[in-house]
Amino acid sequence: MAQEGGRLRHVEEAMGTVFSFDIRGVRDEDAVRAGLRAAVASLHRVDEIFSPFRADSQITRLGRGELTLSACASEVREVLELCAEAERESEGWFTTRYAGGLDPTGLVKGWAVERAARMLVPAGASAVCLNGGGDIQLIGGPWRVGITDPLHPGRLAAVIESEGGLGVATSGPAERGCHVLDPRTGRPPVHGPASLTVICPGGLTVADSRATAAYAMGRRARKWLEELPDTEGFGVTADGRQWMTSGFGRYTDSVAEVNA
Amino acid sequence: MKRKHPLRRIMIGVAATASGVVLLLALKQPGGSSVADATAATGAGAGVSASAGAAGAAGAAGASDSGAGAPPAGAGASSGGATGAGTPPETGADSDTGSDADTGADTDAGTGADDGAGTGAGGGAGARTVLGNAVDTQYGPVQVRITLSGGRITEAEAVQVPAGGISANAVPRLNQAAVTAQNAGIDAVSGASYTSQGYRDSLQSALDKAGV
Repeated sequence: MAQEGGRLRHVEEAMGTVFSFDIRGVRDEDAVRAGLRAAVASLHRVDEIFSPFRADSQITRLGRGELTLSACASEVREVLELCAEAERESEGWFTTRYAGGLDPTGLVKGWAVERAARMLVPAGASAVCLNGGGDIQLIGGPWRVGITDPLHPGRLAAVIESEGGLGVATSGPAERGCHVLDPRTGRPPVHGPASLTVICPGGLTVADSRATAAYAMGRRARKWLEELPDTEGFGVTADGRQWMTSGFGRYTDSVAEVNA
Repeated sequence: MKRKHPLRRIMIGVAATASGVVLLLALKQPGGSSVADATAATGAGAGVSASAGAAGAAGAAGASDSGAGAPPAGAGASSGGATGAGTPPETGADSDTGSDADTGADTDAGTGADDGAGTGAGGGAGARTVLGNAVDTQYGPVQVRITLSGGRITEAEAVQVPAGGISANAVPRLNQAAVTAQNAGIDAVSGASYTSQGYRDSLQSALDKAGV
Protein backbone atom coordinates (compact mmCIF):
# COMPACT_ATOMS: atom_id res chain seq x y z
CA MET A 1 0.00 0.00 0.00
CA ALA A 2 2.97 2.28 -0.23
CA GLN A 3 2.53 5.52 -2.10
CA GLU A 4 5.11 7.57 -3.86
CA GLY A 5 6.59 10.38 -1.88
CA GLY A 6 6.88 8.54 1.37
CA ARG A 7 3.24 7.91 1.94
CA LEU A 8 1.73 4.85 3.52
CA ARG A 9 -1.92 3.90 3.86
CA HIS A 10 -3.49 1.11 5.77
CA VAL A 11 -7.05 0.09 6.58
CA GLU A 12 -7.72 -2.09 9.60
CA GLU A 13 -10.94 -3.49 10.94
CA ALA A 14 -11.11 -3.53 14.73
CA MET A 15 -13.46 -2.64 17.56
CA GLY A 16 -16.49 -3.11 15.35
CA THR A 17 -15.40 -0.38 12.98
CA VAL A 18 -12.68 0.49 10.51
CA PHE A 19 -9.48 2.42 11.08
CA SER A 20 -7.96 4.28 8.15
CA PHE A 21 -4.29 5.18 8.46
CA ASP A 22 -2.79 7.81 6.19
CA ILE A 23 0.86 8.36 6.93
CA ARG A 24 3.06 10.93 5.21
CA GLY A 25 6.62 12.00 5.36
CA VAL A 26 7.81 8.43 5.54
CA ARG A 27 11.60 8.36 5.33
CA ASP A 28 12.44 4.91 6.61
CA GLU A 29 9.61 2.76 5.35
CA ASP A 30 10.62 -0.33 7.29
CA ALA A 31 10.62 1.58 10.54
CA VAL A 32 7.25 3.13 9.84
CA ARG A 33 5.81 -0.23 8.86
CA ALA A 34 7.01 -1.64 12.15
CA GLY A 35 5.38 1.30 13.91
CA LEU A 36 2.21 0.66 11.96
CA ARG A 37 2.15 -2.99 13.02
CA ALA A 38 2.51 -1.93 16.64
CA ALA A 39 -0.23 0.67 16.26
CA VAL A 40 -2.56 -1.88 14.70
CA ALA A 41 -1.78 -4.37 17.45
CA SER A 42 -2.59 -1.72 20.04
CA LEU A 43 -6.05 -1.26 18.53
CA HIS A 44 -6.80 -4.97 18.74
CA ARG A 45 -5.54 -5.01 22.28
CA VAL A 46 -7.90 -2.19 23.20
CA ASP A 47 -10.71 -4.19 21.67
CA GLU A 48 -9.78 -7.21 23.75
CA ILE A 49 -9.55 -5.29 26.99
CA PHE A 50 -12.37 -2.81 26.63
CA SER A 51 -15.04 -4.39 24.51
CA PRO A 52 -18.37 -4.24 26.32
CA PHE A 53 -19.56 -6.90 23.90
CA ARG A 54 -17.07 -9.52 24.98
CA ALA A 55 -18.04 -11.44 28.08
CA ASP A 56 -14.38 -12.05 28.86
CA SER A 57 -13.04 -8.55 28.35
CA GLN A 58 -11.42 -6.98 31.37
CA ILE A 59 -13.90 -4.11 31.38
CA THR A 60 -16.85 -6.50 31.37
CA ARG A 61 -15.39 -8.58 34.17
CA LEU A 62 -14.46 -5.48 36.13
CA GLY A 63 -18.03 -4.21 35.78
CA ARG A 64 -19.35 -7.56 37.02
CA GLY A 65 -17.04 -7.47 39.98
CA GLU A 66 -15.10 -10.52 38.85
CA LEU A 67 -11.89 -8.60 38.53
CA THR A 68 -10.30 -5.95 40.69
CA LEU A 69 -8.90 -2.81 39.15
CA SER A 70 -5.41 -3.69 40.28
CA ALA A 71 -5.66 -6.99 38.43
CA CYS A 72 -6.50 -5.20 35.20
CA ALA A 73 -4.07 -4.02 32.56
CA SER A 74 -2.57 -0.62 33.21
CA GLU A 75 -4.58 0.75 30.29
CA VAL A 76 -7.79 0.17 32.25
CA ARG A 77 -6.65 2.40 35.06
CA GLU A 78 -5.45 5.00 32.61
CA VAL A 79 -8.76 5.06 30.77
CA LEU A 80 -10.87 5.11 33.92
CA GLU A 81 -8.84 8.04 35.24
CA LEU A 82 -9.42 9.88 31.99
CA CYS A 83 -13.12 9.06 32.26
CA ALA A 84 -13.24 10.39 35.81
CA GLU A 85 -11.64 13.61 34.61
CA ALA A 86 -14.14 13.87 31.75
CA GLU A 87 -16.97 13.32 34.19
CA ARG A 88 -15.73 16.07 36.50
CA GLU A 89 -15.20 18.46 33.66
CA SER A 90 -18.65 17.89 32.22
CA GLU A 91 -20.37 17.83 35.61
CA GLY A 92 -21.69 14.37 35.01
CA TRP A 93 -22.81 14.69 31.42
CA PHE A 94 -20.06 12.29 30.53
CA THR A 95 -20.30 9.19 32.66
CA THR A 96 -19.30 5.56 32.57
CA ARG A 97 -22.09 4.45 34.87
CA TYR A 98 -25.43 5.50 33.48
CA ALA A 99 -26.78 2.01 33.06
CA GLY A 100 -25.49 0.63 36.31
CA GLY A 101 -22.58 -1.02 34.56
CA LEU A 102 -19.19 0.24 33.54
CA ASP A 103 -19.01 1.68 30.08
CA PRO A 104 -16.10 3.88 29.08
CA THR A 105 -16.94 3.64 25.37
CA GLY A 106 -17.54 7.39 25.17
CA LEU A 107 -13.81 7.87 25.42
CA VAL A 108 -12.07 4.59 24.65
CA LYS A 109 -12.14 4.83 20.91
CA GLY A 110 -10.80 8.37 20.84
CA TRP A 111 -8.10 7.42 23.29
CA ALA A 112 -7.18 4.34 21.27
CA VAL A 113 -6.99 6.30 18.03
CA GLU A 114 -4.85 9.00 19.55
CA ARG A 115 -2.51 6.49 21.10
CA ALA A 116 -2.14 4.50 17.90
CA ALA A 117 -1.51 7.62 15.85
CA ARG A 118 1.14 8.87 18.24
CA MET A 119 2.96 5.54 18.10
CA LEU A 120 3.85 6.31 14.50
CA VAL A 121 5.80 9.46 15.26
CA PRO A 122 8.78 7.86 16.96
CA ALA A 123 8.74 5.34 14.11
CA GLY A 124 9.60 8.18 11.77
CA ALA A 125 6.32 9.46 10.32
CA SER A 126 6.12 13.23 10.13
CA ALA A 127 2.40 13.44 9.48
CA VAL A 128 -0.34 11.04 10.48
CA CYS A 129 -4.07 11.00 9.90
CA LEU A 130 -5.86 8.17 11.66
CA ASN A 131 -9.59 7.91 11.27
CA GLY A 132 -11.25 5.47 13.65
CA GLY A 133 -14.88 5.07 12.67
CA GLY A 134 -15.33 8.79 12.07
CA ASP A 135 -13.15 10.14 14.87
CA ILE A 136 -9.81 11.45 13.73
CA GLN A 137 -6.40 12.17 15.20
CA LEU A 138 -4.21 14.38 13.07
CA ILE A 139 -0.51 14.81 13.63
CA GLY A 140 1.55 17.25 11.58
CA GLY A 141 0.01 18.27 8.33
CA PRO A 142 -1.39 19.93 6.47
CA TRP A 143 -4.53 17.83 6.57
CA ARG A 144 -8.03 18.55 5.41
CA VAL A 145 -10.91 16.80 7.07
CA GLY A 146 -14.49 16.88 5.87
CA ILE A 147 -17.34 16.67 8.35
CA THR A 148 -20.27 14.73 7.01
CA ASP A 149 -23.57 16.48 6.73
CA PRO A 150 -25.80 14.41 9.04
CA LEU A 151 -28.95 15.38 7.17
CA HIS A 152 -27.63 14.73 3.68
CA PRO A 153 -25.57 11.56 3.56
CA GLY A 154 -22.73 11.90 1.11
CA ARG A 155 -22.43 15.64 1.54
CA LEU A 156 -19.97 17.50 3.68
CA ALA A 157 -21.11 20.13 6.14
CA ALA A 158 -17.70 21.61 6.83
CA VAL A 159 -14.04 21.28 6.03
CA ILE A 160 -11.38 21.57 8.70
CA GLU A 161 -7.76 22.34 8.02
CA SER A 162 -4.97 21.50 10.39
CA GLU A 163 -1.23 21.96 10.30
CA GLY A 164 -0.07 21.18 13.75
CA GLY A 165 -2.15 18.31 15.09
CA LEU A 166 -5.76 18.08 16.09
CA GLY A 167 -8.34 15.68 17.46
CA VAL A 168 -11.65 15.71 15.57
CA ALA A 169 -14.57 13.86 17.14
CA THR A 170 -18.13 13.81 15.87
CA SER A 171 -21.07 12.52 17.86
CA GLY A 172 -24.45 11.90 16.40
CA PRO A 173 -27.06 9.28 15.72
CA ALA A 174 -26.48 9.34 11.99
CA GLU A 175 -24.96 5.94 11.42
CA ARG A 176 -26.19 3.43 13.89
CA GLY A 177 -28.93 4.98 15.92
CA CYS A 178 -28.34 7.04 18.98
CA HIS A 179 -25.53 5.63 21.08
CA VAL A 180 -25.30 8.60 23.39
CA LEU A 181 -27.75 8.73 26.26
CA ASP A 182 -28.68 11.48 28.63
CA PRO A 183 -27.18 10.18 31.89
CA ARG A 184 -30.04 11.72 33.82
CA THR A 185 -32.80 9.96 31.96
CA GLY A 186 -31.03 7.01 30.40
CA ARG A 187 -32.63 7.98 27.10
CA PRO A 188 -31.42 9.74 23.98
CA PRO A 189 -30.94 13.44 24.66
CA VAL A 190 -33.85 15.81 24.20
CA HIS A 191 -33.10 18.45 21.58
CA GLY A 192 -30.03 16.51 20.62
CA PRO A 193 -28.28 17.93 17.59
CA ALA A 194 -28.16 15.97 14.38
CA SER A 195 -24.43 15.96 14.80
CA LEU A 196 -21.86 17.64 16.96
CA THR A 197 -18.17 17.92 16.20
CA VAL A 198 -15.54 18.84 18.75
CA ILE A 199 -11.96 19.68 17.84
CA CYS A 200 -9.10 19.91 20.31
CA PRO A 201 -5.46 20.62 19.53
CA GLY A 202 -4.71 18.57 22.64
CA GLY A 203 -5.86 15.39 20.96
CA LEU A 204 -8.72 13.05 20.27
CA THR A 205 -9.06 11.64 23.77
CA VAL A 206 -10.45 14.89 25.14
CA ALA A 207 -12.22 15.75 21.90
CA ASP A 208 -14.08 12.44 21.99
CA SER A 209 -15.21 12.67 25.61
CA ARG A 210 -16.22 16.30 25.15
CA ALA A 211 -18.17 15.46 22.00
CA THR A 212 -19.97 12.71 23.90
CA ALA A 213 -20.81 14.97 26.83
CA ALA A 214 -21.79 17.91 24.65
CA TYR A 215 -24.02 15.74 22.54
CA ALA A 216 -25.84 14.56 25.64
CA MET A 217 -26.26 18.17 26.80
CA GLY A 218 -28.40 19.14 23.86
CA ARG A 219 -28.88 22.89 23.69
CA ARG A 220 -26.42 23.58 26.48
CA ALA A 221 -23.58 22.16 24.42
CA ARG A 222 -22.62 25.30 22.58
CA LYS A 223 -22.19 27.43 25.68
CA TRP A 224 -20.25 24.70 27.44
CA LEU A 225 -17.87 24.18 24.55
CA GLU A 226 -17.42 27.93 24.20
CA GLU A 227 -16.17 28.10 27.76
CA LEU A 228 -13.75 25.19 27.54
CA PRO A 229 -10.15 26.12 26.76
CA ASP A 230 -8.52 24.82 23.58
CA THR A 231 -11.79 23.39 22.37
CA GLU A 232 -14.04 24.32 19.49
CA GLY A 233 -17.38 22.92 18.47
CA PHE A 234 -19.52 22.71 15.38
CA GLY A 235 -23.11 21.56 15.47
CA VAL A 236 -25.82 20.79 12.99
CA THR A 237 -29.31 20.94 14.43
CA ALA A 238 -32.09 18.58 13.49
CA ASP A 239 -33.64 21.25 11.29
CA GLY A 240 -30.41 21.75 9.40
CA ARG A 241 -29.10 24.92 11.01
CA GLN A 242 -25.43 25.09 11.83
CA TRP A 243 -23.59 26.76 14.66
CA MET A 244 -19.98 26.97 15.69
CA THR A 245 -18.01 28.25 18.63
CA SER A 246 -16.21 31.54 18.20
CA GLY A 247 -12.80 30.04 17.45
CA PHE A 248 -13.94 27.26 15.16
CA GLY A 249 -13.51 29.46 12.12
CA ARG A 250 -9.75 29.35 12.55
CA TYR A 251 -9.85 25.74 11.45
CA THR A 252 -12.42 25.92 8.74
CA ASP A 253 -12.41 26.63 5.11
CA SER A 254 -15.27 28.93 4.10
CA VAL A 255 -17.91 26.82 5.66
CA ALA A 256 -20.35 29.09 7.39
CA GLU A 257 -22.78 29.62 4.61
CA VAL A 258 -22.90 26.06 3.34
CA ASN A 259 -26.47 24.81 3.26
CA ALA A 260 -27.67 28.12 4.61
CA MET B 1 -38.84 23.35 -11.70
CA LYS B 2 -39.96 21.36 -8.79
CA ARG B 3 -41.90 18.34 -9.82
CA LYS B 4 -44.31 16.42 -7.68
CA HIS B 5 -43.74 13.34 -9.68
CA PRO B 6 -44.05 9.77 -8.49
CA LEU B 7 -40.69 9.10 -10.03
CA ARG B 8 -39.17 11.62 -7.75
CA ARG B 9 -39.14 9.29 -4.79
CA ILE B 10 -37.69 6.58 -6.91
CA MET B 11 -34.99 8.89 -8.12
CA ILE B 12 -34.15 9.87 -4.61
CA GLY B 13 -34.12 6.27 -3.56
CA VAL B 14 -31.86 5.38 -6.39
CA ALA B 15 -29.65 8.33 -5.69
CA ALA B 16 -29.32 7.25 -2.09
CA THR B 17 -28.61 3.65 -2.93
CA ALA B 18 -26.34 4.41 -5.76
CA SER B 19 -24.36 7.05 -3.91
CA GLY B 20 -23.31 4.14 -1.78
CA VAL B 21 -22.41 2.31 -4.92
CA VAL B 22 -20.24 5.12 -6.17
CA LEU B 23 -18.31 4.89 -2.99
CA LEU B 24 -18.13 1.14 -3.11
CA LEU B 25 -15.45 0.94 -5.65
CA ALA B 26 -13.90 -2.42 -5.95
CA LEU B 27 -10.58 -2.28 -7.70
CA LYS B 28 -11.08 -4.04 -10.97
CA GLN B 29 -9.98 -3.72 -14.50
CA PRO B 30 -12.43 -1.75 -16.54
CA GLY B 31 -14.61 -4.06 -18.52
CA GLY B 32 -17.85 -2.21 -18.91
CA SER B 33 -19.06 -1.65 -22.39
CA SER B 34 -22.34 0.14 -22.50
CA VAL B 35 -21.58 3.56 -21.25
CA ALA B 36 -24.71 5.32 -20.20
CA ASP B 37 -25.20 8.65 -21.77
CA ALA B 38 -25.52 10.06 -18.32
CA THR B 39 -22.05 11.44 -18.76
CA ALA B 40 -23.63 14.24 -20.65
CA ALA B 41 -25.05 15.65 -17.52
CA THR B 42 -21.76 15.38 -15.71
CA GLY B 43 -21.31 18.91 -16.89
CA ALA B 44 -23.35 19.89 -13.94
CA GLY B 45 -20.92 18.30 -11.59
CA ALA B 46 -17.98 19.54 -13.52
CA GLY B 47 -19.01 23.08 -12.92
CA VAL B 48 -18.08 22.44 -9.36
CA SER B 49 -14.70 24.01 -9.52
CA ALA B 50 -16.49 27.31 -9.53
CA SER B 51 -18.34 27.88 -6.34
CA ALA B 52 -21.56 28.34 -8.21
CA GLY B 53 -21.28 24.85 -9.59
CA ALA B 54 -23.38 23.30 -6.93
CA ALA B 55 -26.24 25.58 -7.64
CA GLY B 56 -25.97 24.71 -11.29
CA ALA B 57 -26.03 21.05 -10.51
CA ALA B 58 -29.02 21.43 -8.29
CA GLY B 59 -30.78 23.34 -10.97
CA ALA B 60 -30.09 20.66 -13.48
CA ALA B 61 -31.42 18.06 -11.16
CA GLY B 62 -34.48 20.09 -10.46
CA ALA B 63 -34.98 18.57 -7.06
CA SER B 64 -32.43 20.20 -4.88
CA ASP B 65 -34.80 20.29 -1.97
CA SER B 66 -35.27 16.59 -1.94
CA GLY B 67 -31.74 15.25 -1.93
CA ALA B 68 -32.05 12.49 0.60
CA GLY B 69 -29.08 10.71 -0.78
CA ALA B 70 -27.80 13.56 -2.78
CA PRO B 71 -24.14 14.17 -3.26
CA PRO B 72 -22.36 17.05 -1.60
CA ALA B 73 -23.62 19.96 -3.58
CA GLY B 74 -23.22 22.33 -0.70
CA ALA B 75 -19.84 21.09 0.32
CA GLY B 76 -18.75 21.18 -3.24
CA ALA B 77 -19.64 24.80 -3.28
CA SER B 78 -17.49 25.69 -0.36
CA SER B 79 -14.58 23.47 -0.98
CA GLY B 80 -14.60 23.84 -4.68
CA GLY B 81 -14.35 27.54 -4.20
CA ALA B 82 -11.60 27.13 -1.73
CA THR B 83 -9.68 24.84 -3.99
CA GLY B 84 -9.92 27.36 -6.73
CA ALA B 85 -8.65 29.94 -4.33
CA GLY B 86 -5.29 28.31 -4.30
CA THR B 87 -5.03 25.33 -2.03
CA PRO B 88 -4.02 22.64 -4.46
CA PRO B 89 -0.84 21.10 -3.27
CA GLU B 90 -0.64 18.90 -6.34
CA THR B 91 -0.81 21.04 -9.39
CA GLY B 92 -0.88 18.14 -11.75
CA ALA B 93 -3.92 16.73 -10.15
CA ASP B 94 -5.61 20.03 -10.29
CA SER B 95 -5.18 20.43 -13.97
CA ASP B 96 -6.73 17.04 -14.36
CA THR B 97 -9.71 18.32 -12.52
CA GLY B 98 -9.86 21.06 -15.04
CA SER B 99 -9.89 18.58 -17.86
CA ASP B 100 -12.77 16.91 -16.16
CA ALA B 101 -14.70 20.12 -16.37
CA ASP B 102 -14.07 20.16 -20.07
CA THR B 103 -15.23 16.62 -20.41
CA GLY B 104 -18.49 17.42 -18.81
CA ALA B 105 -18.92 20.62 -20.65
CA ASP B 106 -18.95 19.22 -24.10
CA THR B 107 -21.74 16.85 -23.62
CA ASP B 108 -21.33 13.64 -25.53
CA ALA B 109 -17.66 14.00 -26.13
CA GLY B 110 -17.22 13.19 -22.49
CA THR B 111 -17.75 9.53 -23.03
CA GLY B 112 -15.30 9.29 -25.83
CA ALA B 113 -12.68 11.14 -23.90
CA ASP B 114 -13.00 8.68 -21.12
CA ASP B 115 -12.42 5.68 -23.26
CA GLY B 116 -8.74 6.21 -23.39
CA ALA B 117 -8.18 9.70 -24.59
CA GLY B 118 -8.78 10.65 -21.01
CA THR B 119 -5.76 8.68 -20.05
CA GLY B 120 -3.63 10.66 -22.40
CA ALA B 121 -4.90 13.84 -20.94
CA GLY B 122 -3.70 12.74 -17.55
CA GLY B 123 -0.19 12.80 -18.89
CA GLY B 124 2.53 11.72 -16.53
CA ALA B 125 0.10 11.61 -13.66
CA GLY B 126 -1.13 8.25 -14.96
CA ALA B 127 -4.88 8.14 -15.25
CA ARG B 128 -6.59 4.87 -14.53
CA THR B 129 -10.14 3.72 -14.39
CA VAL B 130 -11.69 1.64 -11.70
CA LEU B 131 -14.83 -0.32 -12.25
CA GLY B 132 -17.11 -0.83 -9.27
CA ASN B 133 -19.05 -4.00 -8.66
CA ALA B 134 -22.50 -4.14 -10.15
CA VAL B 135 -24.89 -3.86 -7.25
CA ASP B 136 -28.47 -4.98 -7.38
CA THR B 137 -30.80 -2.33 -6.10
CA GLN B 138 -34.53 -2.67 -5.81
CA TYR B 139 -34.76 -0.79 -9.08
CA GLY B 140 -32.23 -2.87 -10.94
CA PRO B 141 -28.47 -3.24 -11.23
CA VAL B 142 -26.22 -0.22 -10.84
CA GLN B 143 -22.58 -0.12 -11.75
CA VAL B 144 -20.21 2.78 -11.62
CA ARG B 145 -16.82 3.51 -13.08
CA ILE B 146 -14.45 6.21 -11.89
CA THR B 147 -11.41 7.70 -13.50
CA LEU B 148 -8.48 8.54 -11.32
CA SER B 149 -5.77 10.87 -12.41
CA GLY B 150 -2.86 12.08 -10.38
CA GLY B 151 -4.38 10.25 -7.46
CA ARG B 152 -7.68 12.08 -7.66
CA ILE B 153 -11.07 11.13 -8.95
CA THR B 154 -11.55 13.17 -12.06
CA GLU B 155 -14.66 11.51 -13.29
CA ALA B 156 -17.31 9.11 -12.15
CA GLU B 157 -19.98 7.69 -14.34
CA ALA B 158 -22.59 5.01 -14.35
CA VAL B 159 -21.91 2.23 -16.81
CA GLN B 160 -25.07 0.44 -15.87
CA VAL B 161 -28.30 1.93 -14.61
CA PRO B 162 -31.73 0.39 -14.16
CA ALA B 163 -33.86 0.54 -17.28
CA GLY B 164 -36.59 3.08 -16.85
CA GLY B 165 -37.42 4.84 -13.64
CA ILE B 166 -34.08 6.48 -13.22
CA SER B 167 -33.68 9.73 -14.99
CA ALA B 168 -30.51 11.40 -16.02
CA ASN B 169 -30.66 13.31 -12.76
CA ALA B 170 -29.69 10.71 -10.24
CA VAL B 171 -26.50 9.45 -11.74
CA PRO B 172 -24.90 12.77 -12.57
CA ARG B 173 -25.45 13.83 -9.02
CA LEU B 174 -23.54 10.76 -7.91
CA ASN B 175 -20.76 11.74 -10.22
CA GLN B 176 -20.65 15.01 -8.45
CA ALA B 177 -20.44 13.34 -5.06
CA ALA B 178 -17.26 11.57 -5.94
CA VAL B 179 -15.74 14.40 -7.85
CA THR B 180 -16.44 17.16 -5.38
CA ALA B 181 -15.06 15.16 -2.50
CA GLN B 182 -11.86 14.94 -4.44
CA ASN B 183 -11.92 18.55 -5.53
CA ALA B 184 -12.23 19.48 -1.91
CA GLY B 185 -8.93 17.75 -1.36
CA ILE B 186 -10.24 15.94 1.67
CA ASP B 187 -7.88 13.55 3.41
CA ALA B 188 -10.40 12.04 5.80
CA VAL B 189 -14.01 12.33 6.81
CA SER B 190 -15.34 12.78 10.32
CA GLY B 191 -18.88 11.85 11.18
CA ALA B 192 -21.04 9.99 13.62
CA SER B 193 -19.46 6.62 14.36
CA TYR B 194 -19.81 4.11 11.64
CA THR B 195 -19.70 0.37 12.00
CA SER B 196 -17.64 -1.92 9.82
CA GLN B 197 -20.75 -2.31 7.72
CA GLY B 198 -21.40 1.42 7.53
CA TYR B 199 -17.80 2.02 6.53
CA ARG B 200 -18.32 0.21 3.26
CA ASP B 201 -20.73 2.88 2.11
CA SER B 202 -18.79 5.78 3.52
CA LEU B 203 -16.89 8.53 1.84
CA GLN B 204 -13.88 7.51 3.89
CA SER B 205 -14.00 4.13 2.26
CA ALA B 206 -13.96 5.75 -1.17
CA LEU B 207 -10.95 7.83 -0.17
CA ASP B 208 -9.15 4.74 1.08
CA LYS B 209 -9.88 2.78 -2.07
CA ALA B 210 -8.88 5.58 -4.35
CA GLY B 211 -5.58 5.63 -2.48
CA VAL B 212 -5.46 9.36 -2.86
